[in-house]
Amino acid sequence: MISTSVPKRLAILLLAVLTVLALFPVWGKLVFAAKFAFLMQKLTGIMILAILAMSLDLLVGMAGLVSFGHAAFFGLGGYMLAMLSPQYEAANLWLVLPAAVATSALAATVVGFLSIRSSGIYFIMVTLAFGQMGFYFFNDSKAAGGSDGAYVHVKPAVEAFGVTLLDLDQKLTFFYVALGAMVAVYAFLKVLLASPFGRVVSAIGVNENRVQGLGFNPRAYKLAAFVIAGGVAGLAGFLAASQYGFVNPAMLGWHQSGHVLVMVILGGMGTLFGPVLGAFILELAHFAFESMTDHWLLPMGALIIAIVLLLPKGVAGLLLQWGKDKEDAT
Amino acid sequence: MDIWMALIQMLNGIQYGLLLFLVASGLTLIFGIMGIINLAHGAFYMLGAYLAWWLAGITGSLGAAVLLSLPLAAGIGYAIEVLLVRALYKRDHLDQVLLTYGLILIFNEAQRVFWGNDVHGVAAPAMLDWSIKLTDTLSYPVYRLALSGVCGVLAVAMYLVISKTRFGMWVRAGASNRDMVAALGIDVKLLFGLVFAVGAALAGLAGAISTPISSVAPGMGDNVLILCFVVVVIGGVGSVKGAFLGAMLIGLADTFGKVFVPDFASFTVYGVMAAVLLWKPKGLFS
Repeated sequence: MISTSVPKRLAILLLAVLTVLALFPVWGKLVFAAKFAFLMQKLTGIMILAILAMSLDLLVGMAGLVSFGHAAFFGLGGYMLAMLSPQYEAANLWLVLPAAVATSALAATVVGFLSIRSSGIYFIMVTLAFGQMGFYFFNDSKAAGGSDGAYVHVKPAVEAFGVTLLDLDQKLTFFYVALGAMVAVYAFLKVLLASPFGRVVSAIGVNENRVQGLGFNPRAYKLAAFVIAGGVAGLAGFLAASQYGFVNPAMLGWHQSGHVLVMVILGGMGTLFGPVLGAFILELAHFAFESMTDHWLLPMGALIIAIVLLLPKGVAGLLLQWGKDKEDAT
Repeated sequence: MDIWMALIQMLNGIQYGLLLFLVASGLTLIFGIMGIINLAHGAFYMLGAYLAWWLAGITGSLGAAVLLSLPLAAGIGYAIEVLLVRALYKRDHLDQVLLTYGLILIFNEAQRVFWGNDVHGVAAPAMLDWSIKLTDTLSYPVYRLALSGVCGVLAVAMYLVISKTRFGMWVRAGASNRDMVAALGIDVKLLFGLVFAVGAALAGLAGAISTPISSVAPGMGDNVLILCFVVVVIGGVGSVKGAFLGAMLIGLADTFGKVFVPDFASFTVYGVMAAVLLWKPKGLFS
């Protein structure tokens, strides 16, 4: 549960992987000629999910708050874009993005205030209940398309003096926007966790009573972490809605929440980079299995079970061990 | 709403609640005694329903199919406990969540491999396939009454087993202090395996006997699972009595929610849960 610093060898490996990913638009075109466009879209989507997974890791891995309704804030961010976008022109990114993040954070304030009274499995269930309420709110109400979802007809853009500076309709631009957002969120959370505030949040995950004994108010810190995580999830939802140009209630549902939770645990909670790896492993495995067989859920389930049984601390645990071994050896 | 309509809805709510109780009681015991958050519990409900439909097609009798599906569900539950769940008792709850999540995927896909994507229905046994006439326009199907009766009898039987027998004593002791039970020399491995198998069988039975009133469809276990978690948490984790009360509350809230606020019917269930937990953060009985 404690945020460990990343060993040097591992940091180099992760940076190398990131560089390979960043250069994908260059080499991917040569390697996967026919599937290139599809893979670009896939990778962009995974990076957005990685942002969502990191925001959940702040709660699950650091503060010890296992939220089973985190997708609600993700979906809310997406719905804000859909509802605020003018029908025939591009929305101004500088207006709708802050609005989406703020709405998600505001919703997280209310939900967090009510749910952090409980703990353990009760917290899991209360957040599930609120998440499902969000799901049914958009599913049953006619406000935003009901169960059919809603479209974002024109993607948001940044314009200055009539010149389009950043157009999210461009696949390549969007790939780098998602990559930049993923790296920025990682850096933001890393800095946050190193700050005095972050130290207290991590300490709550380890021993809440002791933190209280030291004179801190754990509830205030937990609520703040919940709000920040909700806001970041809103950012991810905003990006997801801009990418697909479509939002539906399933974005808020418990399947989505569970899916992200699996990414966090599978990747290795409390490490920040682990959930990112979890997102990539889960989504790429999904893609690989799906192209092999119609019954891709069978190998998927087996993979998840194998990782739980063989890697107690997730994929990140294995990598951290490898990084430390190398450091000890040299 | 006139009195007959209210009566019909009341009976439906109670019947739904009793059915939920069959599934939720196993879930709450597995968590209370073994400390396992078993996401795959809904899969046993689905398994029971599919087995009943499949075996009813082969044997031609739903009764026989239900009886045959019971040992099958229990056996599969026991095997899963021995082969997979057993390795995780000492691990974090979240590892169990992940493992049982993987199991859901496998169960759902195995169902598609064996039985396909079609939605099926099962006819009620001829003996129970008639309705009691209440007024000129309203009647109530006997099968639903029989279903409530079976669930009610099982609930009473479960109460008697848990409060009067030695096995029930182990179960109660296990729910309040697991380590102490192990220290007293009770075969905890066997106890855990049995509780898991009984829980699976109860969930399977609920799925099997519900086939004439709801369709047999892929993914049917997932919705039941979430509702049962709601029931368990409302009642207080590990409490069978709480699960009973929670199931009744959710069954009635869901049924009457659909009548009074059809647009926000699904909302009512979660609203009830949030309200209960804000009032009592650890459930009604804990």
